Amino acid sequence: MWEFLQTYGLRLVDGALVTCAQFALATLVACSAALVAGLGRLSALWPLRTLATLYIEIFRGTSLLVQLYWIFFVLPLFGVSLPKFEAGFLSVGLNVGAYGAEIVRGAITAVPRGQWEAGYALSMSPARRMRRIILPQALVLMLPPWGNLLIELLKGTALVALIAVPDLMFVAKQINGATFRSAEAFGAALLIYYLLARLLVTPAMRGLERVMARRLGRA
Amino acid sequence: MRFDWNWQFAFEILPRLLRATVNTLIAAGVGYALAMVLGLIFALALRSPWRLPRTLLREVLEFIRSTPLVVQIFFIFYVGPQVGITLSPWVAGMIAIGLHYSAYLAEVYRAGIEAVPRGQWEACRALNMTTRDSYFRIVLPQALPHAIPGMGNYLVGIFKDTPMLSVIGVTELMQAANSIGSETYRFLEPYTLVGVIFLALSLPTAGLVRLGERRLRRKLGL
Repeated sequence: MWEFLQTYGLRLVDGALVTCAQFALATLVACSAALVAGLGRLSALWPLRTLATLYIEIFRGTSLLVQLYWIFFVLPLFGVSLPKFEAGFLSVGLNVGAYGAEIVRGAITAVPRGQWEAGYALSMSPARRMRRIILPQALVLMLPPWGNLLIELLKGTALVALIAVPDLMFVAKQINGATFRSAEAFGAALLIYYLLARLLVTPAMRGLERVMARRLGRA
Repeated sequence: MRFDWNWQFAFEILPRLLRATVNTLIAAGVGYALAMVLGLIFALALRSPWRLPRTLLREVLEFIRSTPLVVQIFFIFYVGPQVGITLSPWVAGMIAIGLHYSAYLAEVYRAGIEAVPRGQWEACRALNMTTRDSYFRIVLPQALPHAIPGMGNYLVGIFKDTPMLSVIGVTELMQAANSIGSETYRFLEPYTLVGVIFLALSLPTAGLVRLGERRLRRKLGL
C-alpha cells in the first residue's frame, strides 16, 4: 500500500484537483441554473414558466450519463462543439441545477405571506422585494437541502471520466488498467471522494448555514 | 457533420433499444429489491442496543452514500477477481446498485420507524410482546406509510442510475446506444432516443409517486 501511494499518489492528487475544479465550476452552473429556473417557475409570464418547467422535467427525467453523452456527442451536430472539460461541468451543473430549482421554488414559497405583504405595504417594486426581503430568507431555508445536493454533485462529477476528462475516477481507471491493482486504485479513489465530501463540502455548508443565520439575526 | 435527423434509421434502431430497455427495467427492479431488503436489515441494525457496531455501520453507510456509484461499480467488479471471486457484470452491477441504494433506503426506513408514536412501543411492552413481534406486527406496518414517498423517489432514482452499469458492459439501454453509435457512427438518433425513452418512463412514474403520496397523506390525515 505504501509503495503504491509513493508511485501513484501524485497522479491521484492531480486527478483530485481536476475533480475539485469540475466540482467548483459545476456548482457555479448549478446555482445559477437553479436560481433562474426556480424563479422562472414562479414567474407570472407563462412562456418563462413553461421554459423553466421544460428544463426541470427534462433534466430530472433523464440520467446524468445520458445528458453528458448527449451534450458531448450530439450537441456538436447542432454546431455547438464543447471541449470535454467544459461539456463535463456543464452537464453535471445543469443536471443538479434542475433538482436545485425545485429547492429554490420550495424555499421561496415557504417564506411567510406576511413578508410578501409587508414588502407590498412598503411599496417596494417586485424585483426589489424579491432581492431584499424574500430571497435572503429563502436562502436560509434552502441551504440544508443544498448541502445534500452538493454531495450528489460531487458524486456526479465522477461521470465526466467517461468522456475522458482526467479527473480522480479517470486516473483510478488508468492505474487499474496499467497495474491491475484494483483494490488499491479504486479504494484510494473512493477514500478521496469520501474525504472531499466529509471534510470539504459538509463543513463548508455548515459554516455557510451559520453565517447566513447570524446575518438574519436568527442564531 | 451537421444536424440531419434520419427517421428511417431511428425506426430501425428502435426495436433494439426497446429490447435493451427491458434489461434496464430488470436491472432497476432487481437492484431495488436488493436495496429494499438490505436497507431494512441496515435500518434495524442501526437501532441495535450495541453502541460500537451501530456507530461503525453508520459510518459505513455514510461512506457508501457520499462516494460515487460508478466508482463503487468498478470497485466491486474489479476487486472481486483479485480476491478470487469472479463476478459477471450483471451480478457485480446489481450488488453495487443494491448496496448503494440500501444506504439511502435505510435512512428512509429509519425516519419511518421514528415516526411511529412511542405509545405503540409501550403498548407492545404492556402486552408482553417480543421485540421481534413488536417490530413485525406493530411498528413496521405503521412505519411503511411514512416511508413510501421516499421509497418511490429512490425507485425513480435507481432507474435513472442504471446507465452507469454500461461502464462494466451490462447490456442495458445506454450500452445498446453506445454500440449502435460505434457501429454506425451516428450518435444523434440513439442518444436522443435513449433520452426520450427515459423521459417516457420516468415522468409517469414520478407523477404516480407524487399522486400516491398525496393520496396517502390524505388517508393518514396529514
